[in-house]
Amino acid sequence: MYEGVVQDLIDELGRLPGVGPKGAQRIAFYLLAADPTDVRRLADVLVLVKDKVRFCATCGNVAEEEHCRICRDPRRDPAVLCVVEEPKDVVAIERTREYRGRYHVLGGAISPIDGIGPDDLRVRELMTRLADGAVRELILATDPNLEGEATATYLARLVKPMGLRVTRLASGLPVGGDLEYADEVTLGRAFEGRRLLDA
Amino acid sequence: MSLYRDEGVVLRTQKLGEADRIITLLTRRHGRVRAVAKGVRRTTSRFGARLEPFMLVDVQLALGRSLDVVVQAETLAPYAGPLMGDYARYTAGTAMLETAERLTDEEREPAVQQYLLLVGGLRALAGGEHDPTLVLDAFLLRSLAVAGFAPSFAACAGCGVGGPHRFFSVPTGGMVCPGCRPPGSSAPSPESVRLLGALLTGAWDVADASAVGPRREASGLTAAFLAWHLERGLRSLRHVERV
Repeated sequence: MYEGVVQDLIDELGRLPGVGPKGAQRIAFYLLAADPTDVRRLADVLVLVKDKVRFCATCGNVAEEEHCRICRDPRRDPAVLCVVEEPKDVVAIERTREYRGRYHVLGGAISPIDGIGPDDLRVRELMTRLADGAVRELILATDPNLEGEATATYLARLVKPMGLRVTRLASGLPVGGDLEYADEVTLGRAFEGRRLLDA
Repeated sequence: MSLYRDEGVVLRTQKLGEADRIITLLTRRHGRVRAVAKGVRRTTSRFGARLEPFMLVDVQLALGRSLDVVVQAETLAPYAGPLMGDYARYTAGTAMLETAERLTDEEREPAVQQYLLLVGGLRALAGGEHDPTLVLDAFLLRSLAVAGFAPSFAACAGCGVGGPHRFFSVPTGGMVCPGCRPPGSSAPSPESVRLLGALLTGAWDVADASAVGPRREASGLTAAFLAWHLERGLRSLRHVERV
């Protein structure tokens, strides 16, 4: 145990995800030895991020104003809506530079074993967005794991009566992987989604 | 590094660090085991979808101090595939996994009957021959029976006198005669009691022919019975999609 504020810092750092007691101690002593200007800049950013950043009123993505950058952009296609689990998935899709539509962040995936049902996600907000008929295609880009697939199945069934085009991101073999290591489910999906090669 | 091999059902996964997961398995010979699957969240992981909940896998594990480490995994039955594509079956299946986890308190304590029951339940659920809620309720009742809490739907749970009886008491352990009836007992319909008995014994012709009303009542009684013996309800049960 250290005295006073040093121990308080270690305790606070230790509450961060992925930081254990040893890691917290190492970061605390790094901060103690660091230049005061650097530490103050870090502290200012931490305070600022809590004060300024909120969730977009439309899509649920992180934003510094009422609406996020993507929702404010008039060049984005309002007829295509991509549903993702977390704001970090928006960043991953934006990195592809392939998608020009808008997003809807659910805030997680349906996981009954963890007590998370559809009412705990931003499903109601999604239905409100779809109600005006402006969206023609809904892309379900939840994670390709059990919870993500089940969430996509649930949403597809929910929006079916609206007559939208509902699509799911393709699953299959990862680029750079070896076929012999592919598991049966992934390889099966790759076969299901095989495409014609126009050579 | 001490290695061992077993077959098991993946009950639950939890994220760990950057790309790892903690996998909880109910294995045939080693009971409930928790192990780290390294790099499993990367798209190039060699485990891929094999270590998702509902998957029946043949695994090789390295013995660890608190958590074992998954070294290899091969699919024996990919139950996750059919379940993730049907929301009612998915929610019923998660309640089955949570029950199996809760009823196997001790890690590494062999629970062969519970394991076989879970595999059979998942096979029935994935096969889609019966209504998912019937499969779930049959699994819950039989799991309780395996754990030593078998409910009585014929003889009185208090004094053992032959039935049929009219009243149901969760604390007493099933149907009770007028003499043993504690305050607060319910009086389910005879059709619901017949359905509960059929689910416990595996009389699927009776269960499949049952009407919606008795199914709902039987599900409610099963959930109450389970909550009593587990001391707190299942988190997943309230999300189960019922007819």
